[in-house]
Amino acid sequence: MTAAWIAVLATAAGCYGLKLAGLTVPQRVLASPRVRRFAELVPIALLAALSAVQTVTSGHAFDLDAARLAGLSAAVVALLLRAPFLLVIVAAAGTAAALRAAGIA
Amino acid sequence: MSVWQACALSLLAFTGASQFALAGVIASGGSLLAGTVSAILLGSRNTLYGLRLAEVLRPRGARRLLTALGVIDETTAMSLAQPDAGSARTAFTATFWCLYLTWNLATLAGAVGAGRIGSPQSFGLDVVGPAAFLALIWPRLRGGRTERLVAVAGVAIALGMIPLLPVGVPVILAATAALGGALASPGAPTRSLAAKPTASSEAVQ
Repeated sequence: MTAAWIAVLATAAGCYGLKLAGLTVPQRVLASPRVRRFAELVPIALLAALSAVQTVTSGHAFDLDAARLAGLSAAVVALLLRAPFLLVIVAAAGTAAALRAAGIA
Repeated sequence: MSVWQACALSLLAFTGASQFALAGVIASGGSLLAGTVSAILLGSRNTLYGLRLAEVLRPRGARRLLTALGVIDETTAMSLAQPDAGSARTAFTATFWCLYLTWNLATLAGAVGAGRIGSPQSFGLDVVGPAAFLALIWPRLRGGRTERLVAVAGVAIALGMIPLLPVGVPVILAATAALGGALASPGAPTRSLAAKPTASSEAVQ
């Protein structure tokens, strides 16, 4: 079994286990407001970090790619205009693709 | 990530943000361990959804094992919006099967399709992940100051650690921003689940 398969199955097991734990553990275990707040905030911190890291870095180095930055900017504009999820993605990818096709970035 | 791996992850984990995170790390050649840890951390909110759903659905025995697979943002929102336990169970089951089928078919289509196009960059696919992650948290960022501070701190921590730590690890450390946020403002009210749009629902609509 390859390492990627192990990662896939471990992630699946972990994610499923977290769901099952919620249905199974007594209510009071996670009743603490701090724990609830932490679980609410974790995705925000991680997804913001993932978005930034994938936009401006490559491996260990900062890598400012104009097309990628423009694509993410287009996503921000779409979000400010309250566009639906799919449209946000299309705006981002389309902007980056168009700039690259035009040879601008 | 192969087509089979993408589909297995989608079928078994069935939670969008974690799938995107692991796929991103594998695609960029990052540490698999770090990718797995951040993907699992991202699934932690489903535990809270499970707690809320357990009160309403009261699944027992083997049924609980299947119910657990369907504990995600959308099923929780739909179930908790119902007036009584019976409708909540119906809403959960209907939402789950509907999303489970469309989500996994979309994963299959995407995984097969991605292998047939040329350079992912020429289609701007390298910006899909960042845009999707931002869109996922956008409603929360609008919702509160603590949320915005946690996001900014998470970005700062991750970017600051990029030159120093193995690829993937800086993102995990960003979770400490959430810890700080939770300790600083534990009393913030939990907003209505139904008011919170999420990735998979809108992605398949």
